[in-house]
Amino acid sequence: MPTISMTVNGNAVSADVDVRTLLVHFIRDNIGLTGTHVGCDTSQCGACVVHVGGKSVKSCTMLAVQAEGADVATIEGLASGDEMHPMQAAFKEHHGLQCGFCTPGMVMSAIDLVNNNPGADEATIREQLDGNICRCTGYHNIVKAIQDGASRMGG
Amino acid sequence: MSETGIGAAVKRTEDQRFLTGAGNFVDDINLRGQSYASFVRSPHAHAKIKGINTSAAAAMPGVLAVLTGEELVADGIGPLICGWNIAGKHGVEAHNSPPHHALAVGKVNYVGDHVAVVIADTKAEADDGAEAVEVDYEVLTAVVDTATAQDNTIQIHDEAPANLCYDWEIGDAEATDAAFADAAHVTTIEVINNRLIPNAVEPRACLAEFNKGTGDWTLYVTSQNPHLHRLVISAFNQVAPEHKLRVIAPDVGGGFGSKIFIYAEEVVCTWATRKIGRPIKWTAQRSESFLSDAHGRDHVSKAELALDADGKFLGLRVNTKANLGAYLSTFATAVPTYLYATLLAGNYTTPAIYCDVQGVFTNTAPVDALRGAGRPEATYLLERAVETAARELKIDPAELRRRNYIQPDAFPYQTPVVHQYDIGDYGASLDKACEMADVAGFDARRKESEANGKRRGLGYSSYIEACGIAPSAAVGALGGGVGLYESADIRFNATGNVTVMTGTHSQGQSHQTTFAQVVSEQLGVPMENIEVVEGDTDKGPFGMGTYGSRSLVVGGSAIVKAADKIVAKGKIIAAHSLEAAEEDIEFADGIFTVKNTNKSLTIGEVAFTAYVPHNYPEGLEPGLHEQAFYDPVNFSFPAGVHICEVEVDPATGETDIVRYTAVDDFGTIINPMIVEGQIHGGIGQGVGQAMLEAAKYDENGQLVTGSYMDYTMPRADDLPSFDVGTTSTPSPLNPLGAKGCGEAGAIAAPPAVINAITDACGVAHIEMPATPEKVWQACQAAE
Repeated sequence: MPTISMTVNGNAVSADVDVRTLLVHFIRDNIGLTGTHVGCDTSQCGACVVHVGGKSVKSCTMLAVQAEGADVATIEGLASGDEMHPMQAAFKEHHGLQCGFCTPGMVMSAIDLVNNNPGADEATIREQLDGNICRCTGYHNIVKAIQDGASRMGG
Repeated sequence: MSETGIGAAVKRTEDQRFLTGAGNFVDDINLRGQSYASFVRSPHAHAKIKGINTSAAAAMPGVLAVLTGEELVADGIGPLICGWNIAGKHGVEAHNSPPHHALAVGKVNYVGDHVAVVIADTKAEADDGAEAVEVDYEVLTAVVDTATAQDNTIQIHDEAPANLCYDWEIGDAEATDAAFADAAHVTTIEVINNRLIPNAVEPRACLAEFNKGTGDWTLYVTSQNPHLHRLVISAFNQVAPEHKLRVIAPDVGGGFGSKIFIYAEEVVCTWATRKIGRPIKWTAQRSESFLSDAHGRDHVSKAELALDADGKFLGLRVNTKANLGAYLSTFATAVPTYLYATLLAGNYTTPAIYCDVQGVFTNTAPVDALRGAGRPEATYLLERAVETAARELKIDPAELRRRNYIQPDAFPYQTPVVHQYDIGDYGASLDKACEMADVAGFDARRKESEANGKRRGLGYSSYIEACGIAPSAAVGALGGGVGLYESADIRFNATGNVTVMTGTHSQGQSHQTTFAQVVSEQLGVPMENIEVVEGDTDKGPFGMGTYGSRSLVVGGSAIVKAADKIVAKGKIIAAHSLEAAEEDIEFADGIFTVKNTNKSLTIGEVAFTAYVPHNYPEGLEPGLHEQAFYDPVNFSFPAGVHICEVEVDPATGETDIVRYTAVDDFGTIINPMIVEGQIHGGIGQGVGQAMLEAAKYDENGQLVTGSYMDYTMPRADDLPSFDVGTTSTPSPLNPLGAKGCGEAGAIAAPPAVINAITDACGVAHIEMPATPEKVWQACQAAE
């Protein structure tokens, strides 16, 4: 079993893992950060999205060993103390979540989406959100939240 | 209205944990010494099991046990049950009910059926072990098709000749025939209500533990109704006595009906944990969810609507074949009967209705309640028939509906199919929807589309649903095996804050916020001092759970009743403390006041007195802790009108929903932000059914839509934003005046969408889902 090391939410972490371990399972089972979820087995639902080197990645599609030495951010690392990240705050403000299961991946994707498309309109947001499935909201409030989150992130 | 009381759009208290990764779903829970289960599933739709060789699997690294149906039956574990008896035509007293063992015995009946379970130290070792189990199958011909299952020479179960579960009827056949004899016009439609897969984004999961020291079991499970899970696993599966089994449903990541049911995996893990002496976790892979979560819908129907010369509905005659799958899931039998045909009056005064339903077995996954459960099927059938009649008679579809609406002064209104509607104003919803949707401007928009080579269509859906499920006596009389009351427990702590417990369980419906608002309004306690607790059989009183848009109507009413008891007791305590007569004590906004004086006590002070009863009414019990059970006197009847406007590109068949308007009457609304969210989500699922989703089996019973690569889930770019409005006729039959809102969107949307698309294409019908290919074909055919 190889030992792998990476930075997760600014903390150095290290564990011995089976080579077939996916990054999402490393995060959930080895590091114990269960905010990142698994909703499918075909890399479609996006519940497992984290940031690796600042870019959104479906952590079910990456082996843990591929993330050796990487800088990984998960939903748990977004808020600064009690202060939510602007995107988290926007999701709350606009009721952009119901059951909360797709939410961590949705928020992580939304942040990367806004980073890549700072002035995205509704159609662009909907198109770019294609990799994240929500069964509760019909996306209406998620889209509103991302629009608001984008302006909050822009200052 | 206070800032947090009834009617306030309070931000959700749930959000903090979900937005920061601190939610607590079943798969997030790990117990010391935990092992993992992996199920061996049938690759065949229909086969005899000639033998199972477990020896190779048992020898695999990390494998702790390999168990089959033989061991399960030997240990006296009872089969999975269906809790609703359906009496049939011609005096048949009970439906045909083949046994459904949690692990197959001798035969498998659908792809995904449970053959064996492998338990191992790690998930990967359990999966490897499952791969190594050798099963010798004799493959049989599969029965797949809903419409022809009865005629198939292959019989799936010995207990079900002609693959029939029941042949059931409702309504007055003679009166309906007579109505048709008098009709000036008869509209006939044949429609399929496409089979769906629920796809809550959190896969089903369970984690079972047996404590040798106490002899207690704990089952963590993705459940909409933990008390019902405990009851069934105890009373019927006989895994553990009810008082020794604690069922905990922590945060549940969506359910939509699919997490009501008591599934094989949950029973097997609870049974096996004692056998192997270690906790066992099972979490479905998505492909397992596709195969083995109870599916929804799957009706094939013919409907005839009789009208007089003025377009008044005289009679409705319906035949439906309903696919129940390979076995009966927990409430399967009730869905195509009492949750379906009893809604066929819709919003209309149709005086004579007759419907018969053949529930059939096929070699497919069990079919049960899915968001709306029977009511989407009824609404789709009825609103397609009404739309078709309007086109045939060249009457404006809104006008035809208006002509046949039950009028506001006609309530309570007895329909010919069981239900007595309590209240409504359907015309008001139609008027408001037409205004919001700018129906008046539609013709101009249509011309503009046509000028651009596109086609534009408008579709109405006028719906009613029976929610607030349900009065226990009525349920019992119709064959239901349970009562459908709800419970609430309000416990003041000595420091004045409050714990509220109910038997319902949120899977995204925001009970933590909504119920706290109700209690805040009733008792004048700030929301931040109210904790709502659900989902643990060791904490709250016995309750029936969350489905059928019942939580606020039934559970919220129980909370109001318990709050009333708190106030009544508080008055006795306040009267004593304030040296006044009990009848002179008034309660408002959290303060007990002696009438016409400035002498008062806050409810917090009263609570303190109740727990430190030094100066206290003689004979009164200490404490401020009350419980109530509420059994509704009737269903509630949310209703509304949805209008969908589409633009179709005839060159590609691509359909764009350019405008979607929903006007719903949910009676009293506690939190409009949350209610709008429920509507959005329901419409999203309804549009999914109408345009994208279909569970398809091939002729051998293989599920060909078994992943998100094949089953088209609605994604953000498939849906528009929605215009949502409300009207309100509060229900006179429950203390809140609430009606329930969770399912309305999924019920209303499919006919609105299909009526719009067929209007655009100029064809009579397109089967759901209206994919670009079908729409393109329709456009070609219309030319």
